[in-house]
Amino acid sequence: MAAFGATMIRAGRRFLSSLPALFGVLVFTFLLMRVLPGDPAVFFASGPNAGKEEIEVIRKQMGLNKPVPEQLMLYLYDVGRGNLGRSMMTGQLVTTDLRARLPASLELTFTALLIALVSAVPLGVLAALRPGSVIDHGVRLFCALGVCVPTFVSGLLLIYVFYYLLGLAPDPTGRVDIFTTLPPSRTGFLLIDFLLAGDVEGWWAAFKQLILPALSMALFVVAPLARITRASMLVSLGSDFVRTARSVGLPWWRIVVTYALRNAILPVITIAGIVFSTMLGANVLVEKVFSWPGVASYALDALLTSDYAPVQGFVLLMASVFVIVNLLVDVLYGIADPRVTIS
Amino acid sequence: MTSATLRHAGWILRGNPLTAVAATGVLLLVLVAIFGPLIVPYDPIASDVPQALMPPSAAHLAGTDQLGRDVFSRLIVAARLDLAIAVSAVGISFAIGAVIGAACGYAGGRLDRVVGRFVDVLMAFPLFVLAMAMVAALGNRVENIVIATAIINLPFYIRFARAEVNVRRNVGWVEAARACGDSHFSVVLRFLLPNVLPAMAVQVSLNLGWAILNAAGLSFIGLGVKPPTPEWGIMVADGARFISTGKWWLVAFPGLALMLAVLCFNLLGDGIRDILDPRMRT
Repeated sequence: MAAFGATMIRAGRRFLSSLPALFGVLVFTFLLMRVLPGDPAVFFASGPNAGKEEIEVIRKQMGLNKPVPEQLMLYLYDVGRGNLGRSMMTGQLVTTDLRARLPASLELTFTALLIALVSAVPLGVLAALRPGSVIDHGVRLFCALGVCVPTFVSGLLLIYVFYYLLGLAPDPTGRVDIFTTLPPSRTGFLLIDFLLAGDVEGWWAAFKQLILPALSMALFVVAPLARITRASMLVSLGSDFVRTARSVGLPWWRIVVTYALRNAILPVITIAGIVFSTMLGANVLVEKVFSWPGVASYALDALLTSDYAPVQGFVLLMASVFVIVNLLVDVLYGIADPRVTIS
Repeated sequence: MTSATLRHAGWILRGNPLTAVAATGVLLLVLVAIFGPLIVPYDPIASDVPQALMPPSAAHLAGTDQLGRDVFSRLIVAARLDLAIAVSAVGISFAIGAVIGAACGYAGGRLDRVVGRFVDVLMAFPLFVLAMAMVAALGNRVENIVIATAIINLPFYIRFARAEVNVRRNVGWVEAARACGDSHFSVVLRFLLPNVLPAMAVQVSLNLGWAILNAAGLSFIGLGVKPPTPEWGIMVADGARFISTGKWWLVAFPGLALMLAVLCFNLLGDGIRDILDPRMRT
């Protein structure tokens, strides 16, 4: 319990030290969006031949006529009150839009991370158990190739194979096809909502839509995870305590899983945190390929129509998720290895 | 010394023929980038609508796209642009990052803290999202893809150079140089940076692959390069519309080009690391 408290204190300290960075992100995105080309007021006026007065009214309405520092202060004040502005594209509050779309992105990213971990850790362990064997070389080849294929290419090729050639996957657009009735939204994660509603057919439909985008994202990040698992398993398998465990005749799976893997998992957790942030970026590409209604595709649409507020909100959201994930990694670290909290 | 290094390199290459293959691949890529437009069988932007969407054949090795343009010719011509974007982006961030990082590692103090904060802010973004926002903000042009890719690479070089310089700032030969009356500037430039550069070369090679992927990703989502300019990312984006009707070659060949380019740079980076620092071999 004391160790848990120490972990919490450490996490709290990490959180405080990440606040300046978050603030920097805020100012940075604000400045970035201010220099965006194109006048959004013209874009959102009634048409190309809108009068000067109408454009001026919209500029005033959007606060674009005030000096930049004042706009920044107003923006910070709004963010502090939880108001990220209104999207000109959808007419909704940005927070409303983001809240509606975030679960789709998170469900995709978490599923991909799960797939990646579930395949990478065993691959890394297998490779480490027989260094130099066919399995080891196979894993290495797979890793070397995996990091080289862009997610948008692997996603499209998966669509070709599983949708066009084999007909196993459904039409690769969106989270469910239009004929499926959505379950009551409890968590926003469709797989969980369908389970809670007891709708097996719906769950299967959502699962089939999810698996290809998740797979193409997972393929890209299996490599770093498998590589680090292999390297750190090699170290822990060669250590004295594993030799001792072997010499007292413990069953091999217990040596590998309980003794070697538990000790080798720390670097894997660290890399998993980094990998997660890579995946947040890759989300943009995958969501575009699969027309996934997540936050990234929302921000991309906004970006291409110079709609400031959603892009700022999105970048801020991504940075916050990133900070939270780093905290989570810290906590997991403390649980996996109580020693780190003492030092 | 040089001949010993060469012999060592030769020994590594014999033990790790992949590095030799990768080096050949990179050389080939550079040659294609330089001479590509001279050797292609078709004009990469001339459309030939009756021949549109033909699968690969003897006449069109990689098929044709929706306007009947030869995909193979476009792939070859695109190599120059893709390579140029990646090389200039990595070059810029290498040059700036090495100098800033070395200065921070050597001077420490306030400069180090300020730069450290700046790097933290940069790293608080998912980097691809940052690049995306920057290209949109600076304007949808190729130069800005280069700048954005350079900026998201910058933190790695700053951190790397800083750490490498920091451990060496008080070693004997640096103190000797200072005792001989060398200015701080000359110590960093003439003694510290040359010692850090080999290790950074590995980083450069690995980063080139990453930069190619980033630039292709940006043009895939419609930023930067504009059609009809041949570029691998935009070719994939064009082909994406036809994938669910089975026109695989429009995506597979540019994808393959991207993959091979990145693979060669990554393997070369690993190979250079083995040659420079045998202890880090995995």
